[in-house]
Order: sequence, then C-alpha cells, then structure tokens
Amino acid sequence: MADIKYRKGKTPHKREYRLIFRNIDREGWDPSLATYEADGGYQMAKKGLAMQPGEITDEVKASGLRGRGGAGFPTGVKWTFIPPHNTKPVYLICNCDESEPGTFKDRYIVHQDPHQLIEGMILSSYAVGAHVAYIYIREEFPEGARILETAIAEAREKSYLGKGIFGSDFDLEIYVHRGAGAYICGEETGLIESLEGKRPYPRIKPPYFPAALGLYMSPTIVNNVESLCHVKHILEMGGEAYARLGTPRNTGTRILCVSGDIKKPGYFEVEVGKVTLGELIYDICGGLKEGRKLKAVIPGGSSAKVLRADERFIINQGDEKVEIGVEDIPMDFDTLMACGSMAGSGGVIIMDDSRSMSWVLNNINHFYAHESCGQCTPCREGTLWMQKITDRITNGSASPEDVETLKSVADNIEGKTICAFGEAASWPVQSFIAKFHDELVADTDEANADSVVTPEGMLATADLK
Amino acid sequence: MDVKKELLEKIDEAITHYPESKRSATLPLLHLFQEEHGYINDETVEWIADKLGLEPINVLELVTFYPGFRQSAPGKFHIRVCRTLSCAMAGSEELMEALCEKAGIDRSGVSHHHPIAVGKDGKFSIEFAECLASCGTGPVCLVNDDFYEEITPMNAGKLLKKYN
Ligand SMILES: Cc1cc2nc3c(=O)[nH]c(=O)nc-3n(C[C@H](O)[C@H](O)[C@H](O)COP(=O)(O)O)c2cc1C
Ligand code: SF4
Ligand code: FES
Repeated sequence: MADIKYRKGKTPHKREYRLIFRNIDREGWDPSLATYEADGGYQMAKKGLAMQPGEITDEVKASGLRGRGGAGFPTGVKWTFIPPHNTKPVYLICNCDESEPGTFKDRYIVHQDPHQLIEGMILSSYAVGAHVAYIYIREEFPEGARILETAIAEAREKSYLGKGIFGSDFDLEIYVHRGAGAYICGEETGLIESLEGKRPYPRIKPPYFPAALGLYMSPTIVNNVESLCHVKHILEMGGEAYARLGTPRNTGTRILCVSGDIKKPGYFEVEVGKVTLGELIYDICGGLKEGRKLKAVIPGGSSAKVLRADERFIINQGDEKVEIGVEDIPMDFDTLMACGSMAGSGGVIIMDDSRSMSWVLNNINHFYAHESCGQCTPCREGTLWMQKITDRITNGSASPEDVETLKSVADNIEGKTICAFGEAASWPVQSFIAKFHDELVADTDEANADSVVTPEGMLATADLK
Repeated sequence: MDVKKELLEKIDEAITHYPESKRSATLPLLHLFQEEHGYINDETVEWIADKLGLEPINVLELVTFYPGFRQSAPGKFHIRVCRTLSCAMAGSEELMEALCEKAGIDRSGVSHHHPIAVGKDGKFSIEFAECLASCGTGPVCLVNDDFYEEITPMNAGKLLKKYN
C-alpha cells in the first residue's frame, strides 16, 4: 500500500487498516472500470469463477466475516441457509439503503469505488447461485445510483456481467433499484417487499427468512455493501489469513463512522476490536472540542443503546473477568454487546457535556416516529407517544411522571413487533432513561402534574401530527 | 395521457429489470415520472397501473407511503435538509431557518402529511429529510440531485445563489 497517495488532508490515520477503503480519497483514482482494472481489479472475480461455488462459501466461512449492516450475523453461515434441494431461482440483494442515523460508509464505496462492489457481488452471486442480483440503493443517493448504472454498463460491455461472464458458463445480471426515502427499506424483508413493488412492510420471521422465502418467495441473500466488498478481499487473502485480522470471532476490518461533538469526525477503517473507543475518540479523531468533556456515546447507529461516559462494565478477557470503562471498550461486536449495546452499523455518535440528553433523545424519537412503517400497533402508536412525551420534556410541559410513562411505552414495544425496528426505537429510550434518568426528570416540572397525559388520554388525542 | 417517446423507452427498459414480476417496476416508473413532471398525479398513477397490469390503488399506496414521492408540485429547486441527530447537533435547525428566510419560504403550514413548503415564486421548496448518510460533515442538504456538506447558516445565501 506504500505506493498509494491520498488526496490532500485525506491520508488515512496510521491506526487504520485500509482494505475496503483502500481507494477512497486516493490520488488519481476515479470510479471507471479502466482505473479499477489498471489497479488489478476483477482479477479475483476471474479466479473465483474458476473455483467451485462451495469453495468460495467455505473461504467466507473460514474468514469469520460478520455482516456489516447491523446485526453482525456471520455471512458465510447465512449463505448456507439456502435450502439444499432448492429448485427456484436464487437472488442476491445488496443492501445499500444506508439510513441508520450515524452511518456513512457505503456512500463512499458506491461513489468512489463501484467496481469493488460489483466484483464482490459477482463472487457472492456465484457462490450462492444467483443469476439476477439487485442493488437496493436509497433514493437520496441519486448520483450514486448513476455511478453504479455506469459501472454496470461498463462491466457488461466487457462481458464481466451478462451471459457467460469471463468466458465461464456463469450468467449474471445486476440491476440498480432505487428506494424512495423510507428507513424501513433497510430492514431486509421490508426491502424485499419494496423491491416487489409494494409498501415496505417487513415480513414476520419465521417463516419468512429471506434465505428460504425471500424475493418472489425464492431464496434470497441480503448483504450490506461493505459485507459484499469484503468477499473479494477474503478470496484475495484466503479466509484463514483474513481471519487473522481483527480479533477472534470479530475478524477483519470494518469502517467506523464518527460524528457529533468531536474535533475530527470522519470514516476510519480499522481492524475489528484492535482500537478502543477511547483510542478512536482521542487518538484518531483528535478528542473532544476545546474545553469539553465526554458525556455519552452511541456506538453503533442511533438504534444502539447509549453509553454514559462514566459507566463501568465487567467483561470476560480470556478466562478472567475484568472491569473496564467506556474508553477501554474495544470496538468489536462481542464486547459492545457484553456492555449492553451493539456494534450495529459502525456509526459512532459522540456527545459532549454541552448536550441536553432530553434534546438528543427527542431528536432520535422524531426519527423513529417518522419512520415506523405502521404495521404493528405497539410500534406505530408507541413511537409517536414517545416522541410526544419527549416533545413535552423538551418544551417544559412534562411532569416527572411522564418519564415513567415514557419508559413503559418503550418496554411495551420491545419484543412485541414484527421486525427489529421495534427494538431499534425502544432501545434509545430505555437506555437514555436508565442512564440519564435524573437529567430527564430535571427537565420536567411537578407543576405540570395536573396535565399529565395518561396512555388513555394519549389514545384519545392521538392524531397523526 | 401523452408519454414522450424517450420516457417510454426508459420505462420499457426499466421493466426488463424484473423478469419475474412487472409489479417490481412500480417504484422505478414512479421515479421516472416524478423526474419528468416533478410530482405524481392521479393520471400518472392510473397510467402506471395500466402499464403494469395493477390496480391504481397498488400504485397510489406507494405514493402515499414513501416520503420520496410528492403529490403536488415542488419548487423548481427542491431542498432537503437533514434533520437527524448528527446534523441537528451541527446546526441543521438553524440552517433550515436561514434557507427559509433567504428563499422567502414560510414553513408554518408544514405537517406530517404536507412536509414540503414552497416559496411564493415557486423557485424553491424545502423540507426536512432524515439522515442522509453523511453525518460526519453536517449539516448536509440536497438541492434536487446535488449534495452539499457542511453548510452553515452563513452559507445559506451563497448556496441558493447557485440556482437560477
Ligand atoms: C430497521 C432496520 C433498518 C436497517 N437498515 C439497514 C441499512 O440501511 N443497511 C443495511 O445494510 N442493513 C440494514 N439493516 C439490517 C438488514 O436487515 C440486514 O440484516 C442486513 O442488510 C444484512 O446484511 P449483512 O449480513 O451483510 O449485515 C436494518 C435492519 C433493521 C431492523
Ligand atoms: S416493528 Fe414497526 S417498522 Fe417493524 S413492522 Fe412493525 S410497525 Fe413496521
Ligand atoms: S444525521 Fe445528517 S446525514 Fe446523518
């Protein structure tokens, strides 16, 4: 990588390990096929198509790659969920909805290195036996959609897509499908419904696990943009060698997106678990703004439970139990889960001591109230109640009791809905109340006790804004 | 309804992307029409339904669900300002105010069902959008298809001047 120069001010931090983002902000780089090929592009696709599909899946399994879209599910294992005696067509879908607040990584791959994604998709499609693949891209990436269309046309022109690609007998078409501004289309079954031309109402699992009953009720593999790009690098390095990057069970690299109250926000590709939250904040991102102290961190997109700066956690380190603080948390899947939150989509949002937690939570609640698809009553009604309660807390018309009502609404959404949006919406509320209870209560006033709104009252006044 | 030859070609091409089900082409067709007309009206809904062998309600229910589709004309330049957390922390509320002031747009009538406010002269329209996936460079906004990062309220006027 020594020969790669990056654009002024865009040189990767020395703690970074650039695999997926190798070409992002690279001097002289453009999204054309010629540039990609001159740099050795499509060699792995050629090599992969000479292998057996199962061998590719085995490499991906050996790599330990876990999905970068949110849930962190092992990619190779997901691929093997396609029913063994399936006779229906298989589909691959690239999830480029990138709409989890705090997440901004797939956008750069699509805008600057589209052929890396296409190469990853060729290999993945071949491995799972898909001849038609879709890239579901959020509507708010109009330029990205055009770049992908151009890249696909270029690849087709060279017979890297279409019939008998690279002279093999494998056919593959990739199509770009644009969403229309709804967060729920990032949820894989909502995405599938959307791609079928319907409202994106998520399907219930079981039975509708996409690998068995996905697009048009056929086996469908949905993977995130970043996950699919990793497949190329796994083949290039070999699954085992890839697995030596990162930490055990949390292998490879991943892109962390840092935003909020921080000196140098941005995207950083690091080995999973090799950088702690403290190192990310202070070494890589230059620390907090002048005179400010860390107050809270949302470590994996706005759905992830918030961490309070002074929290302590007991985690397993080998056979030992050790106590660590927020800044000591290695940014991996398992530790963040052990700390009661999640690595999610890699979106890290930093809040300093100038922030009102009522205000932050209210902003988050507005997002979920706006984005609920409306299928399940607890989610549809509950997200709006939660928003209305934090509206009151922030405008000074709430009573202390409202905070308890807020918690009970969240508790009655979690686990009672069709899709994980229910959790995504209730976890912020539950964690902000658990960790900043007194601050939320301090923003309320006993004097408002008479006007306290009960769930019954809420129902009576519930309107759609 | 008259559909231009060029648009019709694009429509027919888009339908080929979905060999298994024409219904899947609903969203792409809605996009093509919205790009052409700025919004989706009843006639368009019926035309698409007819083209894809659907009931008009199958198309209309998408128009009403997805925030990306509009049922009335926006301004010539439609602005979407990110409202979500990181951008809000970076000042997107203030940016919205500055843009409205400079573009002469009154947002007081905005509601869940009518999120878009259009300026009197019809040049600009504006709405809040949820996280546009560029949270590290907030506040961000889209003007039609053009994306802008780190737009401070002070730059609002400069941004609008690019559009005529
Ligand atoms: C409400 C909700 C929103 C989601 N949004 C996204 C998204 O924008 N992008 C994404 O890749 N995955 C998103 N996911 C996760 C997908 O459902 C799915 O797990 C993922 O695309 C699988 O890819 P992976 O295994 O490569 O991570 C979302 C999940 C939920 C519940
Ligand atoms: S949990 Fe919410 S978003 Fe998910 S299906 Fe139910 S109503 Fe829709
Ligand atoms: S919060 Fe504005 S782009 Fe994500």
